[in-house]
Amino acid sequence: MTLPFPILIIIVPLITAFFIPIVGWWRRGLCYPLVIVALSVSVVSSIAILHMVGEQGTIRYYLGSWDPPWGIEYVIDHLNAFMAVIVSAISLLVAISSKRSVERELPQKIVYFYCLFLLQVTGLLGIVVTGDMFNLYVFLEIASLAGYALIAIGEDGAPFASFNYMIYGTIGACFYLLSVGYLYVVTGSLNMADLSTILPRLYHSKVVLMAFAFFIVGVGLKMALFPLHVWLPDAYTYAPSAVSALVAPLMTKVGAYVLIRIIFTVFKPSFSVAVIPATTILSWVAIIAILFGCILALGQTDLKRMLAYVLIAEVGYIALGVGLANKAGLTGAILHILNDALMMACLFLVVGAILYKVGLRNVHQFRYLHRKMPITMAAFTITALSVIGIPPTCGFFSKWYLVLGAISAGRWLFTAILLLSSLLNAILFFRVIENVYFEPADAHHGGGHEEISIDEAPLSMLIPILIVTAGILSLGILSGKIISSIIEFAVPPGL
Amino acid sequence: MELIISKYNYWVYIILMMIGFYAMIGKRNLVKKLVGMNIFQTAIILYFVSTGAKRGATIPIVEHGHGEVAHAIQAAHYVNPLPHVLMLTAIVVMVSTFGVALAIIIMLYRRYNTLEEDEILELRK
Repeated sequence: MTLPFPILIIIVPLITAFFIPIVGWWRRGLCYPLVIVALSVSVVSSIAILHMVGEQGTIRYYLGSWDPPWGIEYVIDHLNAFMAVIVSAISLLVAISSKRSVERELPQKIVYFYCLFLLQVTGLLGIVVTGDMFNLYVFLEIASLAGYALIAIGEDGAPFASFNYMIYGTIGACFYLLSVGYLYVVTGSLNMADLSTILPRLYHSKVVLMAFAFFIVGVGLKMALFPLHVWLPDAYTYAPSAVSALVAPLMTKVGAYVLIRIIFTVFKPSFSVAVIPATTILSWVAIIAILFGCILALGQTDLKRMLAYVLIAEVGYIALGVGLANKAGLTGAILHILNDALMMACLFLVVGAILYKVGLRNVHQFRYLHRKMPITMAAFTITALSVIGIPPTCGFFSKWYLVLGAISAGRWLFTAILLLSSLLNAILFFRVIENVYFEPADAHHGGGHEEISIDEAPLSMLIPILIVTAGILSLGILSGKIISSIIEFAVPPGL
Repeated sequence: MELIISKYNYWVYIILMMIGFYAMIGKRNLVKKLVGMNIFQTAIILYFVSTGAKRGATIPIVEHGHGEVAHAIQAAHYVNPLPHVLMLTAIVVMVSTFGVALAIIIMLYRRYNTLEEDEILELRK
């Protein structure tokens, strides 16, 4: 008997999303607790699933009891379960912290905001658990459509940024759909497991090659891989802060997951590595993405925009791990999905808290902020250290595996650039930290040393930030265990 | 020539797709971009639908399928229903994308009083 957990992960947020407008019409205050309850159910079921997968291996759930390859199946192996826990946990934390900032930024639209929020989470979770190519497309579009709408309700430039995002996102989704069509024409199947057994005989077919190319470009657009990232900075800068905190850590990571699925599960490494040099090209693109993201981030004074460029670099790290296509590299990539989701969530939550409390985004105006919001800024500093890659934090370990992967692939240039990017990140974040913590010299001579009282962010914002920060610190120490109990099994055999 | 005539459905979809793609990337008016997006998506739907069609085939309902099946079912006599069903979902996705896009365009027009990309960029400076 199959337990209903795989479907619970998705169905609970989906149904709740439809109930929210009805409930909100009656009592607006009920929306927030309802969202928290729905997402908590998702978190609990995804953790239960992770536990079950650890004990009994891959779980399959047939929708409507139709056997694959005819019916849609939800397949949950170690990688899926791992991603489901990340997505549901981060979205729960962001939902908790969104209460005050949504009340402030979008007072008229609370009900619809939460409805779209849940739809977005449903889409992201659906992408993660499904084992069917076309079903994945549908969930990808649910997540993207909710994302376009959520971004468009932001500040001044948001609708235009969202429109651009939509044009790029639709091109990406259509490319994905087209390649699903190509694969269907040559194999007659849409099921991922089925495809991976049929495809090896067709690896030299031109249709399969085209399908693979369209997949990479389509998913690359969705995950903002370097030359296809143009929509990202504007969209994530102008979005409401709760939305940035949700989409920035999750949308790109889920895209990276789809990339790993396609390159290593639907197509076997024997195709993506041996038949065409796809992974080599991917790793070069990723290296340029890392440098480009870090260097452009240096030029930004708006903290949110700076983080958007850091995010492009982080996507580059994950793509680099995938492109290296060896065990250490892919381990680093999967670990970096987790670490980066935590780091980006924490950074964007901190930005949200600062915006809520002092309304500042320009890095140069952050003076004395450490006295005003000591806990928030401490969390920011720890996360910044993690992005740079300082040992006790989790960011160090994924970079360590990426460097190991680059060395074992014999690519010394990549190793050098990985280290250089850490330096660039250090410059980037110390510039912010310097502005926050170090007071200008003349302040001490000017006589009146003005007292600034502590004025922390509200608890509903502070608690998620602290949980994520604790996660960043503890997952760094636990990363050995995560690798040996989850990621070991997620890396495809034969790499 | 043979290649063009025997596979004309694919040529049509490629041409339509390129027209849509050009409009999405090249045009500076947002509504034209949107129309391009629609053509682009419709081209892909056309591709899927044409892969399922067969000349001289009928709808895939097996008559007297219950009980004793007297004759073997010949797949060539029936169209493939699956791409068509997939496209129903894709059309729903397309329509909702179009809806969201129109809503955003209305927001943009209220804010800037224009739908020309250049003018909006000029106003945003």
